[in-house]
This record gives sequence, structure tokens and C-alpha cells, in this order.
Amino acid sequence: MNTDLLQLICFYFFGAVAVLGGLMVITVKNSVHAVLSLVLTFFSMACVWLLAEAEFLAIALVVVYVGAVMVLFLFVVMMLDIKQEAVREGFIRYLPVGIVVAVVMLAEMLAMIGVKAMHAHTLGPNPAGDSNVAWLGQALYTEFLLPFEIAALILTVGIVAAVALTLRQRTGVRHQSASQQVAVNAADRVRVVKVAVERPASVNPAPVVVPPQENAP
Amino acid sequence: MTMADQLIHHLLIPVLFIVAILLPLIISVAMFVYWERKVIGWMHVRMGPNKIGPLGMLQAFADVVKLLLKEVILPTNANKFLYYLAPMLALVPAMAAWAVVPFGPDTVLANVNAGVLYLLAMTSMGVYGIILAGWSSNSRYAMLGAMRAAAQVISYELAMGMSIVCVLVLTGSLNLTAIVNAQSGNFFDWFWLPLLPVFVIYFVSGVAETNRAPFDVAEGESEIVAGFHVEYSGSAFAIFFLAEYANMILVSFLASILFMGGWLSPFPESWGFIGHGGFHWLFIKAFFFAFLFLWFRASFPRYRYDQIMRLGWKVFIPITIVWVLVAGCMKYFGWVHLGTGA
Repeated sequence: MNTDLLQLICFYFFGAVAVLGGLMVITVKNSVHAVLSLVLTFFSMACVWLLAEAEFLAIALVVVYVGAVMVLFLFVVMMLDIKQEAVREGFIRYLPVGIVVAVVMLAEMLAMIGVKAMHAHTLGPNPAGDSNVAWLGQALYTEFLLPFEIAALILTVGIVAAVALTLRQRTGVRHQSASQQVAVNAADRVRVVKVAVERPASVNPAPVVVPPQENAP
Repeated sequence: MTMADQLIHHLLIPVLFIVAILLPLIISVAMFVYWERKVIGWMHVRMGPNKIGPLGMLQAFADVVKLLLKEVILPTNANKFLYYLAPMLALVPAMAAWAVVPFGPDTVLANVNAGVLYLLAMTSMGVYGIILAGWSSNSRYAMLGAMRAAAQVISYELAMGMSIVCVLVLTGSLNLTAIVNAQSGNFFDWFWLPLLPVFVIYFVSGVAETNRAPFDVAEGESEIVAGFHVEYSGSAFAIFFLAEYANMILVSFLASILFMGGWLSPFPESWGFIGHGGFHWLFIKAFFFAFLFLWFRASFPRYRYDQIMRLGWKVFIPITIVWVLVAGCMKYFGWVHLGTGA
């Protein structure tokens, strides 16, 4: 079989699964099922990227989104007690607004792809041999160092903001100091006392009780 | 090439290779369970299993037969689809991760460039099986176990990932074969010495990641019965069991590959047979690390939940972040010897 044809079939298959997963996210009744459909969508997209030979990005997508972000999502959704009817009530009412938003987003995306395609220049042969991880790293830390660092800074600010928003001082909370607990000395807590051996007043042995015979050895 | 040739080369031979890895893995899981019960028995001054087969060696197989013959019970109001899917979601990543594990210089199923990243992806997906098992079985204990497991796995994955980053900084490659080759030299050139704190953190995080004692709060028997798999019986339970032990063996192999020189011999080349590298060295090292899992279980009392979180976030992650910097300096100033895998 022709390899190109096989790749094309795979591409359409993964693409179809991704679209199907995306549709299921907004149509299934159970919210946990919706989260799992989103996981399926991410996974199929990672497969599509693998077909495009962007293996680093594909696996990074699985590590970051499937392995971490969606686990937290699932974690939260599992805890929620959602009334399914109340959530689905406005589906028809909000549908026109939703379609308008979707069409505008599609138009923007197509315009962006069009602009990119006009300025596209084909990348040269991979300078780092066959490892596109090395290539990507080289590009990120030389050509795109400043944008990369700015992105890192924005993420750090995001983390600090999230912590600052949820941090609250509560009164009456009793904290444990781990360093104090670790530094404790065994002699301060337990005292071993030597006690003289004493014989009971009566030295008569207790009557021997014969246990019932057991089958087990 | 004809159709039949293509089928043989692209389907039959890879499937045979996969079976050649997974079948020994499953058998070694069975023997590992036996070894665990035996070792813990000795540490408790008991006999351990000794009735079935010579020295009790067939005990694990008898247990497997027993589990497979039992009924799989579906709890009331459980989510049927997810309840049956969850054991599979736990097992598949645990097995898939073995695709990139190298057993020798040229003995690896898939010699991919992003091997370490692939491993991280697979191990991070195992948590879905746990969470969904806890949620779908409609039981409070299972739910509590799933929440504990999820929080713990996510926390320790960060420390684990950062310690792998240190190895990557020294090696400059994500390929596991290249990582072992970079350690070639003598015993003190292996990465355990320059990355000693990170090596310890990696293995302890691996213990926490597999939910093993002393980090086994996810199934703490004295608190929540058996945690996320409390409702599972028969073969569904056996699958969770298989996944957990396969993950333990995987962590042992990875600790040997990333930090202890993989298949390299600790002795100089001139010593003849024991000086040559080979898969037996990898197995000896992995066996030692697998033994550590059992030793920990028999030695340490279970951590309290807040202590686990503190250890992960406030101790391990800061140390690994600092050591990434140290590893960078080592690489930049050439403080470590990096082999080429001659």
C-alpha cells in the first residue's frame, strides 16, 4: 500500500475522531463524560501532530494537557453536583449567539492562515540531524529567546496571581511546624523506666486449658 | 515488496517483539508478588507463602487463577461504561511505557528521540484509571481514595519530571539509549554521583507515584478500606494489581537507566566477563531497586497526608529546581565526565 495514502487515511481518521470528541464535549449529558471527550479530542490532535512529524509538540500536548490539565479538570468536575436540566435549558435560546461567535472565530482563523500562507517560507533541512527536539530547542533558545522568556514570565505572574487570589488569613488555625517536629529529641518524649522484677504472691500455676483440636497444622 | 512481506515486516514482527517484552513482564509481576510476600515475611520473622509448589513459588499463579474465576460485581448505580473502562485505562499506559525502555545498546523496541518525554506522557496517563475507578464505582471510600491518589500523583510527577530534567541537561538528549551511553566510563561516572540528591528524589517520587508504602494513603487500609479499587473484584481487581506492579518494575528500570548506568558494568573492561556490559547488569540493578520498594514497605509507617504534600511541594520540588541549575553549571564548566558509548 502507498505510504502517502495510508498517512492520508490516518489523518482523516484522527481528524474525524477529534471533531467527534469536540461535538461530544458540548452534547453529552454527563459532565464527566464531557471532560473525557475533551481528553479524546486532545489525544487525536496529538496523533495528527505526530503525522505532521512534530513529535515533540505531540507528546508535550499529551504530557501537559492530557496528563495534567485535564486531570485537574476531571478532579473539579467530579466534585461538582450539577443539575443537568438547568445547564441544558438555554441550549436553543443561546444557539444563535453561539453560531455567530463560532463563525467569527472561523473567519479570523482562516484569515490568519491566509496571511501566514502569503508570508510562508519553506524551512530548510533540519540542521540538527533527525531529532526535531534538538532543532526546536535550538530555535527556542537562540532565535526566539526573548518571546520565550516573556512567556515564562507571564506564566509565573499567573501562578503568583492565582496563589495571591486564593490566599486568605484565617484566625484560629493551629499550624504544625515541621521543623520543630523533626528537631524533637526522643529523650524528651519517652522515658524508659527500669522496674524491679516482682513475683506474684501466689505461685500456683493456672489450670491448663486444652484448646479444641484444630484441623489446620 | 509484496503485500505479504509488508504484513510480516510491519505487523507480525513488531507484535512478536511486543509479546517478547510483555509476556516476561507479566510473569515477573507474578514472581515479584511472590518475592514481596516472601521478603516481607522474612522481615516480619514469618515464613511467607510456602505451601503451593516448591518453596511456595506457585502461590502467585494460584492467586491469579482464583481472581480470574471470581465474579466481577457491578455496584448499584455505578457508571457501567467507566467502571469497566477504568482498569483498562490503568493497565494500557503501564504496558505502553515499556516500548521505549532499552535493555541493551541495540536492544530496544522503539528507539525514539523523545523517549523520556514519551515515558512521562504514559506515566501521567495512568492516573485516569485511578480517578475514574474511584468516581464510577459510586462509593465514598473509592471516591476518597481516588482524590488522594490524584493529588499525590500530580504533586510527585513535578518532582519526578524536574529530576529527569537534570539528567537531560547533562546528556543533552531525550533518547534513553543516549542517556545510558553518556554515562559510560567507570562506576563513578554514572549520574548517581553528580546528581545524588536528584537520584534520591527521583526514586522516592517513584515510590509515591506508584502509591506504594509509605505513601500508600490512596488505599490506606486502616482509613478508607482499600481506596479507589474497593468495589472491584475478580479479574478487574487483578488488572489494577497488574498495572501497579508493572509500574513499580518500570520505575526500578528507569532508576537504573537514568542514574545507574543501565546495562553498563560497574567493573573496568579489563576484568573479563563481569567487566562487560549487558542486559544482565540492567536486570541486577532493577532487581535491587524493586527490592527497595519491598524494604520500604516493611520498614516505614505510613505518612500522614499533609506530610506527603509538604514533602512533595516544599522539599522535593525546590531541591530539584536548584539542582537543575547545578547540573547546568556541571555541563557548562565540564565538571562531569560524559561518555560517548564506545
